[in-house]
Amino acid sequence: MNRMALRNVVNTQTVALVGVLLLNWVLFPGFFRIEWQDGRLFGSLIDVLNRGAPVAILAIGMTPVIATKGVDLSVGAVMAMAGAVAASLVVAGYPAWIAVSGALALGLACGIWNGILVALLDIQPIIATLVLMVAGRGIAQLVTEGSIVTFSDPTLVFIGTGSFLGFPMPVVIAFALMVLVTLAVRKTAIGLFIEAVGVNRSAATLAGIRSRLLLIVVYSISGLCAATAGIIVAGDIRGADANNAGLWLELDAILAAVIGGASLLGGRFSIPMSVVGALIIQAMNTGILVSGFPPEFNLVVKAGMITLILMIQSPLAGHILGWFGRGKRGAA
Amino acid sequence: MRASGAAMSIGKLGRSAVGESAFRMEARGVSKVFGAHRALDHVDFGLLPGEVHALLGENGAGKSTLIKILTGAYQPDGGEILVDGAPVVLNSPLHAQTFGIGTVYQEVNLLPNRSVAENLFLGHQPTRFGLVDRRRMERESRGLLARYGLDIDPGSELGLHSVAVQQIVAIARAVQLSGKVLILDEPTASLDRDEVRRLFEVIANLKREGLAIVFITHFLDQVFALADRVTILRNGKLVDTCRLDALTRTELVRKMLGKDISFSGSTSLKTERPTTEVLLNFENFGRRRSVRPFNLTVHKGEVIGVAGLLGSGRTEMARIMFGIDPADEGRATMKGAPVGLRSATEAIALGFGFCPEDRKADGILGELSVRENIVIALQGKLGWFRALNRDEQLDLAGQFGEAMDIRAASLDMPVKLLSGGNQQKVILARWLATDPAFLILDEPTRGIDVGAHAEIVRTINRLRDDGMALLVISSEIDEVVAYSSRVVVMRDREMVAELRGEDINPGVIVQAIATHGETAHHEAAT
Amino acid sequence: MNRSLRPLLATVVIFAIAYAAAVMQFPALFSTRVLGNFLTDNAFLGIAAVGMTVVIISGGIDLSVGAVIGFTGVLVAVLVTWLGVHPLLAFAIAFVVAAAFGAAMGLVIHYLEVPAFIVTLAGMFLARGGASVITQDSVPIDHPFYKMITSLYFRLPGGGRLTFLGLTMIAVFIIGAILVHRTRFGSYVYALGGNTTSASLMGVPVARTTILIYMLSSVLACLAGIVFSLYTSAGYPLAAVGVELDAIGAVVIGGTLLTGGYGFVFGTFVGVMLLGLVQTYIIFDGTLSSWWTKIVIGFLLFLFIVLQRLVFAASAQGDKAPGRA
Repeated sequence: MNRMALRNVVNTQTVALVGVLLLNWVLFPGFFRIEWQDGRLFGSLIDVLNRGAPVAILAIGMTPVIATKGVDLSVGAVMAMAGAVAASLVVAGYPAWIAVSGALALGLACGIWNGILVALLDIQPIIATLVLMVAGRGIAQLVTEGSIVTFSDPTLVFIGTGSFLGFPMPVVIAFALMVLVTLAVRKTAIGLFIEAVGVNRSAATLAGIRSRLLLIVVYSISGLCAATAGIIVAGDIRGADANNAGLWLELDAILAAVIGGASLLGGRFSIPMSVVGALIIQAMNTGILVSGFPPEFNLVVKAGMITLILMIQSPLAGHILGWFGRGKRGAA
Repeated sequence: MRASGAAMSIGKLGRSAVGESAFRMEARGVSKVFGAHRALDHVDFGLLPGEVHALLGENGAGKSTLIKILTGAYQPDGGEILVDGAPVVLNSPLHAQTFGIGTVYQEVNLLPNRSVAENLFLGHQPTRFGLVDRRRMERESRGLLARYGLDIDPGSELGLHSVAVQQIVAIARAVQLSGKVLILDEPTASLDRDEVRRLFEVIANLKREGLAIVFITHFLDQVFALADRVTILRNGKLVDTCRLDALTRTELVRKMLGKDISFSGSTSLKTERPTTEVLLNFENFGRRRSVRPFNLTVHKGEVIGVAGLLGSGRTEMARIMFGIDPADEGRATMKGAPVGLRSATEAIALGFGFCPEDRKADGILGELSVRENIVIALQGKLGWFRALNRDEQLDLAGQFGEAMDIRAASLDMPVKLLSGGNQQKVILARWLATDPAFLILDEPTRGIDVGAHAEIVRTINRLRDDGMALLVISSEIDEVVAYSSRVVVMRDREMVAELRGEDINPGVIVQAIATHGETAHHEAAT
Repeated sequence: MNRSLRPLLATVVIFAIAYAAAVMQFPALFSTRVLGNFLTDNAFLGIAAVGMTVVIISGGIDLSVGAVIGFTGVLVAVLVTWLGVHPLLAFAIAFVVAAAFGAAMGLVIHYLEVPAFIVTLAGMFLARGGASVITQDSVPIDHPFYKMITSLYFRLPGGGRLTFLGLTMIAVFIIGAILVHRTRFGSYVYALGGNTTSASLMGVPVARTTILIYMLSSVLACLAGIVFSLYTSAGYPLAAVGVELDAIGAVVIGGTLLTGGYGFVFGTFVGVMLLGLVQTYIIFDGTLSSWWTKIVIGFLLFLFIVLQRLVFAASAQGDKAPGRA
């Protein structure tokens, strides 16, 4: 039964994705054309994957957070900070691996900080993560001293723009992270515990789950994912732009998770579905661009999408559907 | 019937009291059904002006359902509500207010973040030129509070006052806005003795002014101290409505617990097992403001029954043992070695298990599957990284689900879709899967159907015979008698008796629960 | 002392100390000129923050504020510059649009029982996107009425100017304070922030109040957008990005509890002034950059969230342990 339910979910999100892609194809007949050049794949489809990678990575971290009935508003700012740290370190002459480790360590620290505020101080997640959302961008600018720090370190640039087995590196990293985190939560008991805490924290604690530690771990994963996305974006533009890196992406990540079937009230989650959600968002983005609308039109579409999903998820819709269901059963 | 007889016996109402119209408010044959559960079954309830009418019953007896119908929060599925003899439909508590019916809840439903005056007047504040006239509001508040013997600054924040003062403010608001009927839903649950006395003075005054007052409490002392009449509910049915001066405490407890049988002969049927191997020892174990220190030795292969009314400290005792609210006094040893019991995780690691009283809030993980609900505690014990795979989970869930005879269409269906009895079995199965040495069950048979009930009692007996130690909290005295080798009795947050052998019979237990002992004090804080 | 006053008092003390310290370093800061500019430069933020105060006291949050400011600027600029509408009529149109927008968000929040942050997030997308769809560029406003308004000011002793924009903000703060602290609507706002269940049992019209609260926030954001367009003489779809965060910061620093139920409009004023002081100090210093503002806001936000947690947790515990003396 669960497998069937899972298959249903797969259908909803993937059908939506295929639908959006087909729409793009109608608007732009060359959409599905993929070419092989200089040892890598090119084409609009690859472009969707590549550009969707940062949000997909954020969504991988955001999804477990949302499943615990939380939210992490700081991921965009953490991206900016991580990019700034990585860029500054390579510019200062450190090797790339130190720059990357430094950026990841910063992301981990931010995640632990958020986790402590939420789990130990019992501050509402929105409020707790708001602190870093506000301060983080300032800290990023502090690191970059207000300018866009450009670099040409081959490793960092490769992370942002290189390719592996023909696929762009961001896609490879996003895919690897998706597999890694999915296995990490599903092959251990962590996924079950996350859902248990999200559904009923009191009952989960009484059943012996260390919910505070779990929350800190979950926010840490989100911080790490945000830092990874930050490194990718910095590598892509060969520089750290503290003002614009990751701006509003926290919202895209939340949206991706919600499209992927996670409820803001906590509970069930699927990381691959959230990644599909991120791809749907990016495919729409691309579609709007190729059809000649201004890119900001995207925001309007996203607003419509959020509203639609919220309506479907809302208790009121449940009541109305329940009414219909009851009516049918009564008639039968 | 009963009610009109009682009406006549209220002397000061005189001749006019005879007949239905004497009731300020009346419920006639009201029923309420939730799904398959009949929460109220043709209950009659009549409330006279100038009386304090206690409403008694254990959890699940239908008290709160009746109250919600009287205040308009629920609509009855059958029967009718009359105010001053005229049938009414109460759509909401707010609507009920317009009929003169005001309610004060245990958890004061006021705004702790606002001033006392604003809490008294919210929605009806006096205004001048469209602006709230704060000076007048506070002046009127002062007058109003004085009538209740409160000399507090009306401009002060309500949340900074004691619960007792908040209760009185809530009463003042309710009386001021409604004025005919006052429903007090466990107003004394978190008050100390002096505060209770103060509240009682207020209630007595209101009674003299002719208000009809419904009073719900778990403290029998308070019922006898305050109420004129009492209505007792049990399992959604009316047991009796009668005057209190015609009733002894023991009779009252007997009615509440449904023990109309003769008290002499029915001793425990089973012989006490020779259990000598000590599993746990709690020495002077207690927690401030929760349960007074108690001593208890638990042997392998025995069931210790815990009897006591709601609010007697029985659940608190379980929570301390399980480490949810860690003890701050005394020590516990397991097989002679001291143990900490600082958290549930710690207790579970030692082989404890705990089925909480409130299944929905603390027990089930509603959205998750039956399978996941069964394996969760074992998985918690195994830790994060030794995950049970799906097949192992299905095996376990199947095995323990079958042992508990859980009726679910599939082990993968959400547990919230199961009936209450099956949910309870799921939680039992969850703990059995951890192979516990000591299992605490808080009201395991409450609110579930007869079949599941029998199944759970059978399981308790089987587990005891297999050598497990169990502590079972229950208000079903017959049950406690049937499976316990010892019974501890809780009263006023204190262990007041430990009964064994011949003493384990309903008569002695009811007596111990009801006895107005000299040792009973309310100052659990000191 | 009223415990909810403690964070406000802390803000006032922090502001006084910070201002004194800044004046010691840069005596020029202590002049009516600087103070006048304080008010003018922060007028739009202050006006938006009043709306945010009401929303946060009610236990909600409004992330669409900055976007509504941007949208209003664009709408007014397009109406005035492209369509030749008189600015006053353009303002009226903008107010109507904003009121409808806020009411729609309030409706969704109340009836669909969706967290306010996600609804207003969608609102933010909608307003930003809508503005960008109308135009991508900055649209200048060159109208005699604008010139007239922006040249209105009182001269203060010492050479400072109390401009029309600054006065507008002060007026909004005064009206906002009266609305929140002296009307039934205000008491309902606090009631929602305290306990929604109690509020509805006590007869507070929860649906109407919720809708009015978000309408008010959007209308004030619209006014802030008009002020911003007067300040910059242009409408730009990406104007005032992130102002919602500054507004939230000012509200919380001003002693309003982010979880709702407690707060003061005056506190928000001090909060806005504190943010203004930080910015002005940075400009005076010359070596520090503007990013410090965000770090300081973030730090103060954290400080006040923890402070409020401590103040209210301590009092709550005091409640539970009465009569120990």
